[in-house]
Amino acid sequence: MRLSGEDLACERGGRMLFSGLSFTLEAGQGMLIEGPNGSGKTTLIRAIAGLGRFARGHIALSGGVAGVELDEQAHYVGHADAVKPQLSVTENLAFWAGYLGGGDIGRALDAFGLHPIADLPAQVLSAGQRRKLALSRLALVPRLLWLLDEPSVSLDRAAQQTLAGLMAAHVAGGGLLMASTHMDLGTVFSKNLRLGAVAA
Amino acid sequence: MSSFSALLKRDLRLAMRQGGGAGMAIGFFLIVVSMVPLGVGPDLNLLARVAPGLLWAALLLAALLTLDRIFQADYEDGSLDAIVMGSMPLELAAAAKSLAHWITTGVPLALSAPLMGIILNLEPRAIGPLALTMLVGTPAISFIGAIGAALTLVLRRGGLLTAVLVMPLYVPVLIFGVSAVKAAVSGPVPFEAPFLILAALSLASVVLSPLAAAAALRAALH
Repeated sequence: MRLSGEDLACERGGRMLFSGLSFTLEAGQGMLIEGPNGSGKTTLIRAIAGLGRFARGHIALSGGVAGVELDEQAHYVGHADAVKPQLSVTENLAFWAGYLGGGDIGRALDAFGLHPIADLPAQVLSAGQRRKLALSRLALVPRLLWLLDEPSVSLDRAAQQTLAGLMAAHVAGGGLLMASTHMDLGTVFSKNLRLGAVAA
Repeated sequence: MSSFSALLKRDLRLAMRQGGGAGMAIGFFLIVVSMVPLGVGPDLNLLARVAPGLLWAALLLAALLTLDRIFQADYEDGSLDAIVMGSMPLELAAAAKSLAHWITTGVPLALSAPLMGIILNLEPRAIGPLALTMLVGTPAISFIGAIGAALTLVLRRGGLLTAVLVMPLYVPVLIFGVSAVKAAVSGPVPFEAPFLILAALSLASVVLSPLAAAAALRAALH
């Protein structure tokens, strides 16, 4: 199983963010995407998730589930939490389980210890708790490729450890992981992808 | 199909919880309709003659106000990203959300219209046909409206643009809806002729609009 990108380029607002970017990621590897603000980390991750376009180049996943698009085998957790404030924590997870095709809600609640707040409406959650709920989607429905954009923002230290553990388990189980982060999330990353420096 | 029903159920539940959905639209409907006798004066014959057209136009305006809730919240909180990445085609997701809008807005508006008719001295024998044409015509309003809502997604305060884009597309629905009510009351055309065209407009928009709405959503995300 391998995810490879060849000669990738992305532009935003008429400005080339990066070009000539190539990488390969094998099963069981995690890749850390680094770069200063504005270097295109989010744009790259969204484009891989199928939520944006590459100006040039293409990505390919070999050895995944046959006949299924890359974005349907991937989880993307970005800056927005995709949490509905009017629904309870459990209802939020139940929706995603139903929508994404079956998932274990109990396991997702376990992942970040959300059981005590399972029945609270999401609108009363703190930013960190909402983030945990968003990340619980990773444990809810198993998917091959995790695309995480600054996943540790507003998480406390213990939750960062939990996240690092989740990512390590995913990679150890033969999954693929790409993440951008400015925090130290342990040793799951065996590869590095540096995006060019851009003058602020 | 389970993805479709999951999304539909969630949207129905959200519409019920957050309030201000159907209730707000019906309130607006009531206010627009009650402005007319105040402006035109208490000429009962005149009011009865214009009632079907006014009720239909007011219903369109009331529905228009609620179109932004079809996609806007999901776009802003990131849910749309994950919806796109599901295994269900985006066209079906757009259809599920349009259907939820019809159930939570179109149906309540259509059912409240006979009540509004009292204010405009609507003839009693027009009440049945009016409610029926509105029930049959409102799916077109929700589904066509979803195209406009998707097109204006990236614009903040895009509400007015949605109206400008969508209103012209509502013209056939308005024409055949009103003429079906008039045919039922005064003839000479049989009720079925305009009514069946209205039904055809609704069915066509249910099938075709999700394709356009999904294309607009993809363009908005890219």
